[in-house]
Amino acid sequence: MSAEQIRKRLSEALHPEEIEVQDNSQAHAGHAGVQQSDGGHYHVRIVARDFAEKTQVQRHQLVYRALGEMMKNQIHALGIDAFTPEENNLRK
Amino acid sequence: MNVNERIKDQLENNPVILYMKGTPDFPQCGFSGQTVQVLQACRAKFAYVNILEDPEMREALKEYSQWPTYPQLYINGELVGGCDIIMDLYSRGDLAKMLADADAVVE
Repeated sequence: MSAEQIRKRLSEALHPEEIEVQDNSQAHAGHAGVQQSDGGHYHVRIVARDFAEKTQVQRHQLVYRALGEMMKNQIHALGIDAFTPEENNLRK
Repeated sequence: MNVNERIKDQLENNPVILYMKGTPDFPQCGFSGQTVQVLQACRAKFAYVNILEDPEMREALKEYSQWPTYPQLYINGELVGGCDIIMDLYSRGDLAKMLADADAVVE
């Protein structure tokens, strides 16, 4: 459920050319964060023009800002791969 | 000192500081643990704050840095990133360089 919400929020905020959201919560079931039920573990891969000329820290901050309150309750950990379309082409 | 003054004080007085869950010897989260491991692999001299023992700072730093998760690594007062970014910098060899530039490597 949350994976879909994450995709929706990020799509609206960042207009990505590509976006993948992976829910890895099961892999972490039982560790401390999960017991405290402060949310799941996700990984997102986003290709967006908005990341141009931004550092990794600034890109992650954009993602976090777009997710807002979700970072406080539904999400315990979020892996982020953030590329511009140009960087993404170089990786192909 | 209020909490924001404490944060500024810590960032000004520690060239390398890691805000983490648990301690380097007993990390309470895999991401904090991984980060400690790569810092140690780089022979980094670093201060740490266990944010689980300071709930006020745990919340205030998230606002200060616009970064909602832990760990958070700072070099010379600048947010370097969380676990992902630090792993990436480590694997490229950049983390070791940044630590050397900050004069924060054990002789």
